[in-house]
Amino acid sequence: MAITTVGAPGTTPGAPPARRSAPRWWRARERLTVLSFMAPALIGLALFLVYPLLASVYFSFTKFDLINPPQWVGLRNWTFLLHDPNVRTAATNTLWLVVVMVPARMLGALGTGLLLARSRRGAGIYRTLFYLPALAPPVAATLAFVFLFKPGTGPVNSLLAHVGIEGPLWFNSPQWAKPSLVLLALWGIGDLMIIFLAALLDVPKQLYEAASLDGANAWQQFRAVTLPAISPVLLFAAVTGVIQTLQYFTQAAVAASVASGQATTGGGISSTFGYPENSTFTYPLWLYVVGFRYGALGYANVLAVVLFVVAITVTAILLRRFRTFLGSER
Amino acid sequence: MSLTLGRTALKRTIVVAAVALLTAAGCTPSPSEKPVASPGVEPSGTVEFWHFFTDREAKAIDTVIADFKAKYPKVNVVVKSGQDDTKMLQAIGAGQGPDVGLSYSTDAAGQLCNSSAWIDLKQYVDRDKVDVNKFPETVRNYTEFKGKRCAMPFLADTYGLYYNKTLLAEAGLSGPPKTLTELSDMAKKLTKRKADGTIERAGFLPLSSFYENVPSHLYPMVGAKWLNDDGTSAVGSDPAWKELLKWQKDLVDWYGYDKLEKFRASLGDEWSADNAFHKGQVAMMVDGEFRIAYLRDQAKDVQFGTAPLPMSDSQSSRYGAGYVTGNIMGVSRTAKNPEAAWALVRYLSTDTGAIVKLANLIKNVPTTTEALANPGDLATDPEFKVFIDMFQNPNSVHMPSTAIGPALEETMSKFMQKWQSGSATDLDAGLKGVDEEINKQLQLAG
Repeated sequence: MAITTVGAPGTTPGAPPARRSAPRWWRARERLTVLSFMAPALIGLALFLVYPLLASVYFSFTKFDLINPPQWVGLRNWTFLLHDPNVRTAATNTLWLVVVMVPARMLGALGTGLLLARSRRGAGIYRTLFYLPALAPPVAATLAFVFLFKPGTGPVNSLLAHVGIEGPLWFNSPQWAKPSLVLLALWGIGDLMIIFLAALLDVPKQLYEAASLDGANAWQQFRAVTLPAISPVLLFAAVTGVIQTLQYFTQAAVAASVASGQATTGGGISSTFGYPENSTFTYPLWLYVVGFRYGALGYANVLAVVLFVVAITVTAILLRRFRTFLGSER
Repeated sequence: MSLTLGRTALKRTIVVAAVALLTAAGCTPSPSEKPVASPGVEPSGTVEFWHFFTDREAKAIDTVIADFKAKYPKVNVVVKSGQDDTKMLQAIGAGQGPDVGLSYSTDAAGQLCNSSAWIDLKQYVDRDKVDVNKFPETVRNYTEFKGKRCAMPFLADTYGLYYNKTLLAEAGLSGPPKTLTELSDMAKKLTKRKADGTIERAGFLPLSSFYENVPSHLYPMVGAKWLNDDGTSAVGSDPAWKELLKWQKDLVDWYGYDKLEKFRASLGDEWSADNAFHKGQVAMMVDGEFRIAYLRDQAKDVQFGTAPLPMSDSQSSRYGAGYVTGNIMGVSRTAKNPEAAWALVRYLSTDTGAIVKLANLIKNVPTTTEALANPGDLATDPEFKVFIDMFQNPNSVHMPSTAIGPALEETMSKFMQKWQSGSATDLDAGLKGVDEEINKQLQLAG
């Protein structure tokens, strides 16, 4: 026997009963209220994110020197990108820093965090000591670091000489300049260390106890308990680390200038960028030079757009990889 | 409650916003269009003046600005020291910046003129009948770009050779080198090494990027050319560049690049009292006339002499010449008070009393024929006179102005670093690469 459902007049059979919709004026008022609450954030986003982004894309198709109105040049700047030898050098150096510096900082901060999480006596003092370098302004920290590592007169090489090791040229050597910058970054891991430490102290102790009862050794506990528990913080560190390193500018500029010993007065310091032998010449440095020193803002915007796309892509990949990692752990 | 805007409304909003944003993006400050006043009108109001000097030199500027204020009591000058070209350009681009700007180098003239960041001063020059022929030809050239007078000179720098008289006498050397061969020979004699071969003192430190050892200061020694007549790079085709780089590499190799780098890294900062020449760690070096003031202030015991740049053997007839550059100033297109700004520029670039006073205080070379003829105490200083003579030598050269600012210098400098270390071995290919890079930059700047 067929059962027939009889609905209210005007409704489709089987459909849920329709709610009485609010009057039009009421909906519009609600929408306005919500929009007005969101307005400060929306205006901020439009002014400081959407506008610069769109303007950057637009400028990348123009000849623009910051002084005169931009002139449309089509794909000329984008074509130039393919034949620019400086961008290859700069991108290679930046990629090197991303591949080496980001994991080094994360491992260093995690290792220090693990040690500090276990320390009982004087924990506060150690935490403060490890965090302190992160408080130093980047320019001052870099200046101090380059002087410490001065090949001829710096204390690091003097100490090495005492134990019979001839120290390298550090910031004055094309082979050692980037590793020296990594050392500088490791010295300043305090900011990351404090986040890792907070995450490590937040892992429930019961999980370790349960793992211990199951016979898990220290490594297995770290692998199966600690890592999954702090993985959101690891993801945060990886994403922000990659983005910061893609924008690596100040330390590279200051280290090159100080190491070259060639401080200029009125011409800016761009003549020393990359010293020695372009080994510290990063992508943002080239963007700055070409835009603000050589007056090719149009092309500088091409570089900026590419940097943005790379940063977004890497972030998306990292997010995806971490989700997969978390999925496999669960 | 539905919070979504209608799809059509959303699209419309995005399109309108994008158009508005891009329109706004295209808006840049328009040039100052204030009409030039009639002759004889007394300037008044406030003028903002940006310069790059600091410390002792900034105080000298303040002294001359005080004189200007005494002469033009209705003009108030706000001085901001320690500003560089990049900051100035960015500020002008943002519609701000100084009324009068002082640029560090003639390199910038092309960029500042080409972009119209500085206005064409012709109307003011013509109105006030300023005789630009009172500037030596070199100065006239480096303050113009493609016939546009957008800059006026503000003292000049001339680069020559400094030598330590005591160290030369100890080595039995009677005077400074006149050729590059002599420079190499003397450098070797004056160099002192420790038993393990490390350098204790360099006769001459030939590394590019050491203090003032930049391509622009060295190229006059071989008479090299930066640009061809058509405006393209001549670096790869002019054999003089090869001569300079081979000479430099030979001397670097004699020292040993690693030893030289280690030695360089142990030296004090260029602008500090620990400058290697002040400390007797290098016996000879290329530097500007301003070093005299630093030496007399910070290293009173150093007995030094000055001489023109040594020339390559084939260019020995050009001995006496040097490298000339100058500080240049102009009126910004965003100047709020162009009349008073011009009054300040005119005073600092043409008033003989002001120029001589400033030149003596800062120890720079004056830039008008009248000031050069009577440069005050500078004339009685034999070490400084060498630079005044070099400045007036017809064989002295300056960097060509281009729309790409310091790109010529910086591109060449980067190649020289690779060349001297040995990581670039093919000189011809390297110089062609420099050519290519400069030409691309020139093309990009249009």
